[in-house]
Amino acid sequence: MTRGAQAVEKAIREANKRGEAALIPFIEGGDPDFAATEDLLWALAEAGADVIELGFPFSDPLADGPIIQEAAQRALRHQPTIDQFLDLIARLRQEGFKVPVVIMGYLNPFFRYGLEAFAQNSHQSGLDGAIIPDLPLEEAKPWLKIARKHRLASILLAAPTTPSERLERIARSSTGFLYYVSITGITGTKEALPEELALKLDLAREVSPVPVAVGFGISKPEQVKALSPHADAIVVGSAIVKLIAEHEGEKSKLPEIVGRFVKELKEATRR
Amino acid sequence: MPLPDKFGHFGPFGGRYVPETLMPALFELEEAYRHYKRDKVFKKELDFYFKTYVGRPTPLYPARQLSKKLGGHLKIYLKREDLTHTGAHKINNTIGQVLLAQKMGKKRIIAETGAGQHGVATATAAALLGLECIVYMGAKDTVRQEMNVFRMELLGAKVVPVYSGTQTLKDAINEAIRDWVTNVETTYYVIGSVVGPHPYPMMVRDFQSVIGKETRKQILTAEGRLPDVLIACVGGGSNAMGFFYPFVEDQMVKMIGVEAAGAGLDTDEHSATLTVGEPGVLHGMMTYLLQDKVGQIKGAHSVAPGLDYPGVGPEHAFFKETGRAEYVAVDDKEALSGFKLLSETEGIIPALESAHAVAYLANIAEKLPKGTIVVVNLSGRGDKDVAAVREYLRRKSDD
Repeated sequence: MTRGAQAVEKAIREANKRGEAALIPFIEGGDPDFAATEDLLWALAEAGADVIELGFPFSDPLADGPIIQEAAQRALRHQPTIDQFLDLIARLRQEGFKVPVVIMGYLNPFFRYGLEAFAQNSHQSGLDGAIIPDLPLEEAKPWLKIARKHRLASILLAAPTTPSERLERIARSSTGFLYYVSITGITGTKEALPEELALKLDLAREVSPVPVAVGFGISKPEQVKALSPHADAIVVGSAIVKLIAEHEGEKSKLPEIVGRFVKELKEATRR
Repeated sequence: MPLPDKFGHFGPFGGRYVPETLMPALFELEEAYRHYKRDKVFKKELDFYFKTYVGRPTPLYPARQLSKKLGGHLKIYLKREDLTHTGAHKINNTIGQVLLAQKMGKKRIIAETGAGQHGVATATAAALLGLECIVYMGAKDTVRQEMNVFRMELLGAKVVPVYSGTQTLKDAINEAIRDWVTNVETTYYVIGSVVGPHPYPMMVRDFQSVIGKETRKQILTAEGRLPDVLIACVGGGSNAMGFFYPFVEDQMVKMIGVEAAGAGLDTDEHSATLTVGEPGVLHGMMTYLLQDKVGQIKGAHSVAPGLDYPGVGPEHAFFKETGRAEYVAVDDKEALSGFKLLSETEGIIPALESAHAVAYLANIAEKLPKGTIVVVNLSGRGDKDVAAVREYLRRKSDD
């Protein structure tokens, strides 16, 4: 079975062929605990997630708003390790978990683990790629090379402040998809999306050789519906993480509650 | 070749490890800085404020009593940054950066602060140049340093307490970066030390280099030769970098950076990043960090609030790697004796941060050969620490 960058891109393109934007839900690994993460991953897959973004918690998440910061703090209580994440993915793959999974995390834990070892072990365990928000194009070269060698998706970000010439260069270096940040801001904080977003996404898709996913600040099915014609994929993070935080006390019901919401989002991706 | 290179790298350290949203802003800042650095009007204005407002040049004081106390065989000088307006070297950088922000047409200034010194210095510069100023400060620090919160408010700044993470300096930096990501088009972020993404470590170094440039000139006048040893405390490392940098090419000048060993290097309560930390990425830079085995950032501790940071300027990391500077650590107790030593011998109450440098000199004085010229950078004055020191000494005598 295909894995890595190819699997991620394929999953998105297949959704597009069905007349949908791909849906990429985000959860923070280890929030509220690791057993819950495993159940939630299955729930996301069953609800129709096309790709899953799994957060690796970091002590200083400077691109994240309060919702994901707090999720990271809850997860850090369990002292998570990268090996623990990779073992979970490996086990899920053995159990027939097919949905591509990319890890989202700040550079330092991966750097500390060793980028080469991380890429190699990711490939072996069935993790498909990584999004590293504090690794912009200029610093990403060593990682891009290593990721390519192990066929992992190395997903780079573009922002509303990125000039078009630069966006094109970023898109050309990104594999799996290009992550377009919808707002100038941090995750999960703004209610309204910028008016020119649809136009900017159309422009990004014109120059990007890989699918373009949009994320940051997308929390409602209506927003998903409005953006679906303009994006190859849509990332929803804080809204899901918030739901998990609100139902932390009823762990057994979490998969159902989260699954229901993600299903709603997925239905809204139909163009 | 002068460092950093065009990517902001000092060897393997430095760089720009920030969210993409900020990259264009960093390019813009670098371009503006490189332009104004050479601009005659800008230089003249900066010089004007340094002379008439900050109180530069600061004296290079021959500390004869201290020399005598430490054996009488050394020529010890103190570079008196404690005599600047607001009482510490921080003002050199904030005047420079806020002036740059004004030239760039930014109306809104943000800053982080730990103990409040950089916040006060930024609020001062913003008041002087008429710009709006918001200072992020860890919630714990706003309680510990409430007088500085009030000072900043007096100067017209808004202080925002930060409740995330450890609620200290590192979290205040995170929050300032989050603000900057959100308001990048209107806002200028004044970083307080030689840390953060390129061009900050270079720019803050350059603004602080006035310390070393003056020292060089003053010691040549006083002694007719360069000093043998420079000693400065290192938290983020801006006073040390500004002091060292004009001597970097003078291989015979030994440079020593003194970190905070806090409650001891064998405990978790210290800020000795270069002495016992390991390389990693935080706050936009590759540098030495205090971190656990999986790469989560650890809290820092020191009796000197300005040293209380789990990272350090990337150029210091580079100096450590190349051996150009030596980095050592002294603990809270030693720093307190340095504090008392200078107060009693010279009638100068140093900042607890600077007291680390004094304490290290006291530790090695005996081993230094006769006639050695030592310059200690007295980065700040100790008025701000008097209450904390009294509290500390009371607790010790109770034990």
